[in-house]
Amino acid sequence: MSDLPQIANNLRQLVVKMITQAGSGHPGGSLGLADIFATLYFSDLFNLDPNKPNDPNRDRIIVSNGHVCPVWYAALAAKGYFPEPELETLRQFNSRLQGHPHKDFSHPENNLPGVENTAGPLGQGMSFAAGLALGFKTQKLPIKTICFTGDGELNEGQSWEALMFVSKYKLSNLTYIIDRNDIQIDGFTHDVMPLNSLKEKLNAFDFLTIEIDGHNFQSIQSALTHNSTKPKAIIAQTIPGKGVSFMENKFEWHGKAPTPEQLKVALKELA
Amino acid sequence: MINPDLNLNLKWESGDKSSTRAGFGDALTQLGKTNSQVVVVTADLKDSTKVNKFADTYPDRFFDVGVAEQNMMGVSGGLAAAGLIPFCSSYAMFSPGRNWEQLRNTVCYSNLNVKIASTHAGLSVGPDGATHQALEDITLTRSIPNLMVISPTDYHQAYRATIAAARHKGPVYLRLSRENSYAITTSSTPFELNQPQLLRFGNKATIVASGLMVGEALKAAEEIDAEVINLHTIKPLDITTINQSVTKTGKLIIIEEHQRAGGVGSAIFEAYVQAGLTLPPTKHLAVSDQFGQSGTPDELLEAYGLTWTHIVTAFESFA
Ligand SMILES: [Mg+2]
Repeated sequence: MSDLPQIANNLRQLVVKMITQAGSGHPGGSLGLADIFATLYFSDLFNLDPNKPNDPNRDRIIVSNGHVCPVWYAALAAKGYFPEPELETLRQFNSRLQGHPHKDFSHPENNLPGVENTAGPLGQGMSFAAGLALGFKTQKLPIKTICFTGDGELNEGQSWEALMFVSKYKLSNLTYIIDRNDIQIDGFTHDVMPLNSLKEKLNAFDFLTIEIDGHNFQSIQSALTHNSTKPKAIIAQTIPGKGVSFMENKFEWHGKAPTPEQLKVALKELA
Repeated sequence: MINPDLNLNLKWESGDKSSTRAGFGDALTQLGKTNSQVVVVTADLKDSTKVNKFADTYPDRFFDVGVAEQNMMGVSGGLAAAGLIPFCSSYAMFSPGRNWEQLRNTVCYSNLNVKIASTHAGLSVGPDGATHQALEDITLTRSIPNLMVISPTDYHQAYRATIAAARHKGPVYLRLSRENSYAITTSSTPFELNQPQLLRFGNKATIVASGLMVGEALKAAEEIDAEVINLHTIKPLDITTINQSVTKTGKLIIIEEHQRAGGVGSAIFEAYVQAGLTLPPTKHLAVSDQFGQSGTPDELLEAYGLTWTHIVTAFESFA
């Protein structure tokens, strides 16, 4: 548990390396979420076994903001779901590490182990996660569903359709983690489409809403383990580009690859 | 001559009519009894999409998402990923109209076992007008990989298609009508996905139709001595049955309650080219790049050129 910061730092190194190698990708959100991904996969809070990626009873980590998949892939590789060198194939032709995550439910043998959903077009994973949680509840299966989403993603009408639905069916087996990094492609979220009092909005949708510092491991863990009879929303205040000084809080780094020179600087800072 | 091997209803023209949406709804209730994995999701259209009987009988397996078709598609994908077999119902204008991208990316790209049942397809929706008359849904669905596209002709066929869709692993689109259609098939008519039905033997032309248009095709065939093929499975499309018939009759007439662009006609033309076959002299009756309007189904089909008399006229205009 005490090595979570170190694990997260390792994920960050893998993220900047693979995005540089790929020549494109989304470092901002990927670096910002590294601490939460490290906690999810390395703190034994959830039923996740890299040796049984298709275990029907596993908890489900869903990533709706699919563009942050570099940190998902990094966490899965670091956890042992697949060999780490495969990370170098990110975004390449014939790679299992697609530019945005893909899962083919009819041909599981072709999938990257650990990836649980197809994502990228925003809002869709939120509905998908809601359907999963409802499916588990209907079948009385004690499986937890955790779904990442972004603050820019909440511009999508579908996001709010999903939130209403989760509230109606009281899906307390579902937790949304909202990456509140205040950036999206065109700029700061407070400029492009302000969400203002997000916590109040989610409370009004009858969620148990917890606001945390998304880089404080203790806060992350206590928010994830907080018991709730309601569906849960964790608003994680994060710094986009966290750990790489020239990327931090710069919306320009939402979806841009570092140059090899910038990678050297980044890796030095993350060492 | 009506194909004697299909146990068709020989008195179809004077018999009681019923709708494909009703056949779908009754099959769904039957599936509820025989398959505990079948669940139903709707978007505030429980009664008119005929899932109300299922909802009343199996309330724990029925979910209403409200007026939110995008969420309906995503939730259905999640239910399928949790091991269930969701049927999601709405009007064709909204599903796949409103939620096409969710259908493509969440459901079909992920190859999830979701059945999309959409009623109120075509002009025959009637008085609700053009906003509710889906004339583009075949184009929208048949262009998505992994998705099967089914357009049953009557109550019994919709019933059988629904059962078959539940058995098929993978996403299926069921195109259903609001309006009643002639009861042409019976409960003992064989039904196989992918297998077009040669309903009537003839010599002078081959008429290919699906859905409500099959009745029009059969009426016209009496006049002009044509073969009639019920193309209930639009994708994947079996061109062999059509081409065998056309090889005999020498002429092809396609009629569809859909835009000309991208529908059944387009699918057949593509299949001919793909198979390296030569199209015979062909007439294609469809909506010609227009919107519908309010009216009775009969008025609309007449005004937009989709009745048996239009088929006869088209036949007579062959050079
Ligand atoms: Mg953001």
